[in-house]
Amino acid sequence: MDTAKSLKSSKRFTTGLTYLVLILGSVLMIFPFVWMVLTCFKTQAESMAIPPQILPSHWNLDNFVTALENLPFVNLYINTALLIVFRVICAVFFSSMAGYAFAKLEFPFKKALFSIILIQMMLPSQIFITPQYLMLAKLGLTNSIFALVFPGLVSAFGTFFLRQSYLAIPNDIAEAAYLDGCNKWQAFYKVMLPLTGPSMAALAIFTAVFAYSDLMWPLICNTDLNMMTLSAGLSTLNGQFTTNFPVLMAGSLLAMVPMVILYLLFQKQFIQGIAMTGGK
Amino acid sequence: MEKTSKLGRDGAKWGLIMVAPTVIGLIVLNIWPFIETIYMSFSKSLPFGEFEFEGIDNYVEMFQNAEFWKATGNTIFFCILTVPVGIFLALIVAVLLNSKIRGRTTFRAIFFLPMVVAPAAVAMVWKWIFNSQYGIINSLLGANIGWLTDSKIVLITCSVVQIWSNIGYDAVLLLAGLQNISVSLYEAADLDGASKVRQFFSITLPMVSPTLFVVLIMRLMSSLKVFDLIYMMVDDANPALNDVQSLMSLFYRESFIAGDKGYASAIVVWTVLLIGAVTLIQFIGQKKWVNYEV
Repeated sequence: MDTAKSLKSSKRFTTGLTYLVLILGSVLMIFPFVWMVLTCFKTQAESMAIPPQILPSHWNLDNFVTALENLPFVNLYINTALLIVFRVICAVFFSSMAGYAFAKLEFPFKKALFSIILIQMMLPSQIFITPQYLMLAKLGLTNSIFALVFPGLVSAFGTFFLRQSYLAIPNDIAEAAYLDGCNKWQAFYKVMLPLTGPSMAALAIFTAVFAYSDLMWPLICNTDLNMMTLSAGLSTLNGQFTTNFPVLMAGSLLAMVPMVILYLLFQKQFIQGIAMTGGK
Repeated sequence: MEKTSKLGRDGAKWGLIMVAPTVIGLIVLNIWPFIETIYMSFSKSLPFGEFEFEGIDNYVEMFQNAEFWKATGNTIFFCILTVPVGIFLALIVAVLLNSKIRGRTTFRAIFFLPMVVAPAAVAMVWKWIFNSQYGIINSLLGANIGWLTDSKIVLITCSVVQIWSNIGYDAVLLLAGLQNISVSLYEAADLDGASKVRQFFSITLPMVSPTLFVVLIMRLMSSLKVFDLIYMMVDDANPALNDVQSLMSLFYRESFIAGDKGYASAIVVWTVLLIGAVTLIQFIGQKKWVNYEV
């Protein structure tokens, strides 16, 4: 009786502690964003008040106006969206084709060609970046959407990842399609490809998140303000308004809002996608 | 028989067609640039993107440069500061999220949030929080600590932000590993009267070690090539720049601001060798602690 009671109370203690740690952790995770939102609406004087002023006296939108005046946000949104869309389409489409071929078809030099995929995955992207830039510059293609997409036209990781999911599909399914008179392409496109839906979605989310957060490549390839991405644009704002934090916070909020809304809507898919592609 | 061989030949044709875009893309975008970077690291940069082979001069210059060694030290120190603490905290969060509590998905979503915010925006808000004159931390402490300008502190400040940014991502990966552990193991341990702490060390830790290893390798690689955070938090006018500059920030400055692409290539080759060496050590060391038996 006594041990049962103590067991129950110790269990209650553990649960209480779990909640306490998770709530404290959550506060630490959310606080910077709350502070960002509050700062956006303050005047510069309010933001620098000592002791600190928690809430703005008036919820004024001046800082957003200043941020919008100094950065071409409409262009930044469009450029970032196009970067993400094209990278996702390229990664999913080309990687599906190559992943399927490496998993299910026999062709000459298969092992040698697959080793190219593995080599690319082992090398950090910075080792390619200077020659990639010089290539673009020679072709006169810097400051364009194509330049932003360029290093992500194909994806070694995507090929590797989708190959895994094709390996998990039994061969019988493709053979049944051949018996029905499909050729290799039709068997792939009509029968096998739809079966990898969850993996393609995971790759799409992974590609989108990393394309959105990338900073070094967009900074290098597009130096014209109107052709920048949100991340690169923020870094120029950072240089312009070094101490005007309300404007910087307003700019940051404008830059992060679209992705955060998408995340809140598709939270489960985001987390699953990242867990599936995990460890890259 | 004839039909299969026909299908086989057909497979060879389609196989090559289907891998062609990816393989050609990787050769043009990655394999060739990789070779070019190595060549450039042994060359002198001339105007108009031309290069002239000159031997090991860039490396000699690099190894004699104090700024380069400082950046190497900063990068390694950054790794030591962020990787063990970050993974440890992520493991705690993952274990807590794996228990039967209400609001798990909400907590998980909150910890994961920094993943979907561009590092540029994350860096900006932390720069404001850590501002020495008006930042909220110094206001609350009533202190005047130069979180981002004091040469002794700045790297630690950046490490805190790095850990904060990645905790949720690592926790999500570890959580997936934890969920694969069979409940029956814990039930058996409960029957044997093993304490929760004991269960953590003799069941959870060995069973999650393969996932832990994956997270460790990924985190080591990403810390060794840290750029965004430091680039955004510490600007060129910051007096502590030299005490926080990572190898990749140095590479960016040398290659795209100073324009010395040959020298910058030597830095990037050095970084790749460093990453390779660290990864190799981990793969040798894993035999001691990673448990691949089910």
